[in-house]
Amino acid sequence: MSDPRGQAELNTFPRLLMQHAQQRPTRPAMREKEYGIWQTYSWAEVAQNVRAIACGLAELGFKRGDRLGIIGDNRPRLYWSVAACQCLGGIPVMMYQDAVAEEMAYVLQDAEIKFAVVEDQEQVDKMLEIREQCPLLEHVIYDDSRGMRHYADTFLLGLDELQSMGTAHDKSQPDFLDGEIRKGEPDDVSVMLYTSGTTGKPKGVCQTHDAFIQSAKGGCQFDKLTENEDILSYLPMAWVGDHLFSYAQAMVSGFTINCPESGETVMTDLREIGPTYYFAPPRVFENLLTTVLIRMEDASWFKRKIFGFAMDVAKRCGAEILDGKPVSTSDRFQYWLSNLLILGPLKNVLGFSRIRVAYTAGAAIGPDLFRFYRSIGINLKQLYGQTETCAYVCLQPDGQIKLDSVGKPAPGVEVKLAENGEILVKGPMLLKSYYKRPDATAESINEDGYFLTGDAGFFDEDGHLKIIDRAKDVGKLNSGSIFAPNYIENKLKFFQHVKEAVAFGNERDFVTAFINIDLEAVGNYVERRGLAYSGYTDLAAQPMVLQLIKECVEEINAQLASDPMMADSQIKRFLILHKELDADDGELTRTRKVRRKFVSERYAVLIDALYSGKSEQHIETDVKYEDGRQGKVSADLKIEEAKTFAPQAAKTAA
Amino acid sequence: MAREIGDVILKMEGISLSFGGVKALTNISFDVREHEIRSIIGPNGAGKSSMLNVINGVYHPQEGQVTFRGEIRRDMEPHKAAKQGIARTFQNIALFKGMSVIDNIMTGRNLKMKCNVFHHALHWGKARAEEIEHRKKVEEVIDFLEIQNIRKTPVGRLPYGLQKRVELGRALAAEPSMMLLDEPMAGMNVEEKQDMCRFILDVNDQFGTTIVLIEHDMGVVMDISDRVVVLDYGKKIGDGVPDEVKNNPDVIAAYLGTSH
Repeated sequence: MSDPRGQAELNTFPRLLMQHAQQRPTRPAMREKEYGIWQTYSWAEVAQNVRAIACGLAELGFKRGDRLGIIGDNRPRLYWSVAACQCLGGIPVMMYQDAVAEEMAYVLQDAEIKFAVVEDQEQVDKMLEIREQCPLLEHVIYDDSRGMRHYADTFLLGLDELQSMGTAHDKSQPDFLDGEIRKGEPDDVSVMLYTSGTTGKPKGVCQTHDAFIQSAKGGCQFDKLTENEDILSYLPMAWVGDHLFSYAQAMVSGFTINCPESGETVMTDLREIGPTYYFAPPRVFENLLTTVLIRMEDASWFKRKIFGFAMDVAKRCGAEILDGKPVSTSDRFQYWLSNLLILGPLKNVLGFSRIRVAYTAGAAIGPDLFRFYRSIGINLKQLYGQTETCAYVCLQPDGQIKLDSVGKPAPGVEVKLAENGEILVKGPMLLKSYYKRPDATAESINEDGYFLTGDAGFFDEDGHLKIIDRAKDVGKLNSGSIFAPNYIENKLKFFQHVKEAVAFGNERDFVTAFINIDLEAVGNYVERRGLAYSGYTDLAAQPMVLQLIKECVEEINAQLASDPMMADSQIKRFLILHKELDADDGELTRTRKVRRKFVSERYAVLIDALYSGKSEQHIETDVKYEDGRQGKVSADLKIEEAKTFAPQAAKTAA
Repeated sequence: MAREIGDVILKMEGISLSFGGVKALTNISFDVREHEIRSIIGPNGAGKSSMLNVINGVYHPQEGQVTFRGEIRRDMEPHKAAKQGIARTFQNIALFKGMSVIDNIMTGRNLKMKCNVFHHALHWGKARAEEIEHRKKVEEVIDFLEIQNIRKTPVGRLPYGLQKRVELGRALAAEPSMMLLDEPMAGMNVEEKQDMCRFILDVNDQFGTTIVLIEHDMGVVMDISDRVVVLDYGKKIGDGVPDEVKNNPDVIAAYLGTSH
């Protein structure tokens, strides 16, 4: 270990916790809203509770190396159970609380779980349902006793009872737990997180204390996080990001985590807490913005006017002021005024008044959305990482924000590109192994110790990493330049009028695309222009709509042309599909990802038409309706040519 | 089940109610036992709501007698019923639309407030402590009904299903020993109905509250009731456990119609 002296023994989470309990016993470690009032737990209280749970588990027969399933919403006692399990040298296995019983059975079996701490009756019922399939499961401990009065099963135990058992145990053998904590090594597995399993069965990722502590330390240094931060913990505990932000970083820097009252109250709780450090997927930021804009539309004309003024000012110079770039005095004054009148109160309504650092990740964020939050003065940044890397690979440094990059490699992380453009990473944050899957572990880490992320990307001139696609989807055009369908599709999907897009071009001369319009947005657009339409197919065939989408495509082409890597990927020809891509027809996965291969086979005739120079193509497609009936949709689709730009002319055209 | 159905606490004997020449109820007798869920069903205009209003003391029957907990009631008024621990909800939601959910549920605590209006106006001394106590109870109800997210929303802005839940909350806040629910599931979709059923069963189970329920939806009634009374044109045509009632030819006729 390269830690300075004195820090060396703080190399496991239980040791960090006990240290906080000594150094800052009265500082708030956690808050939870109960009966409408925020209840605070200090570090000393947390440590006390963790001890009780740990001793209670030991009393039940929990041994070093045993796995403890954790299932539920973000509740303090579930976080304590994670720490308690680690005190005993056990491995907490974080599970998604909204998974159905069957999916839970898989994880329980795979991780050979004997003990589980679950939130409430709902989860207990799932455990009882799959008990037969999981003979190893011996004890299920529940946090919330509501509705549990009639459950007499000895297999179940309330967390309250467990804690009182543990408190008694801790009193009679006060050295026991300290001894257990002393046995912990930084190289022990501290947690198991399951991959989402979009490709095959989920795999249990084993991360060590050291990996998460190093990642958390790196992140805290990078963003100068202190014990004074407040974070709202509302994303699933089984997700690597929550474990990093709400658990590892809080344990490392000693800040406060706040648990919302319930899933539906998150927005209110956010406003009441006013976190200083915040994470949300792009979807959440988008919903927030939509709510604001809708409410502004209902406001009086005067309010709308000031709002419009403030937004214009923010758009002009907000992001620059945030980045510390030179801005004229007059703009500064106008921004100050806007902030006083609109931006400040707006941030307050959203609960963003105190935010110092906010992150988003998980999906591509639209440039307009990203710019909006930065322009109103919220230091929103992007990061890149995966479960196998403790969600810690690249971070955007303050003041160096680029919309389409994920920033620079984080402290202690080495990133390099393979020949096919795949991103390889190495550092202390790498997984120890996949649980019981040496084959998968060997496949994902190469001989030099680099983890293969499966993502393709490249570094720009400033050393920022740009992610373009999944490596396996990336192909080549006949001209030899790179073709990244997802990258192009994502750009298209940022337009509100485009719902879905599928780009083609691998081993072709140029790029073409299928477009699905957004029925609501486009419908609204044409209605305001006095055009009537009868349904999706009719709307999609309207010349006005074709023109609208054409403009979108051409805008994308201009953007692509300005990027030397992507200039050849401009969309030459496109068509608007006559039906929405649908999971029921097998065109999308249940998580709404396009099944590329299936779509290209099903619509082979359309692809041929796109590449053959025809201007129209007839198509007839079988569809399945929601009630299970079969039907046919047929249409004559127009194929449009879009303007493309020469790489050097792009800047002026855009 | 843990809750034990106890003795008869409410007895209706030979109840007849008429408005001028219209006979709403004719010679109806039935009883309600402690801790049970007792449903009153029947087609439109069968006299179900009238029956509930008789129990509640809104209507005074011309004939018959009502015995509640061993005491024969005369000249019953709704507020007396409330004092005896009977709370109710209404078919057409009767909440204060402009007030928040918390305030609406707080009104259910009204009878339990001891301090006088001056203390309350000044929010001082005992009144303050009392209000905190009541607010705590209200929060427990909110937690129970899982409506934390709408705590501060004006009721008028809520969808119908949630308003119904708030109304149940107000009745619950009075900590009643008996609740009268007038079509708690009318106009709801399947999911809302399921939620409401669960809450009714939970209330009955956790607090032991006796529940008298009017409902149209036969499926719901048969699933959650202990015993069912069936009315048609103001007359009782059936009474018993759900299975018994379901197979009663008169009930089938009243619901499905017969060829005359």
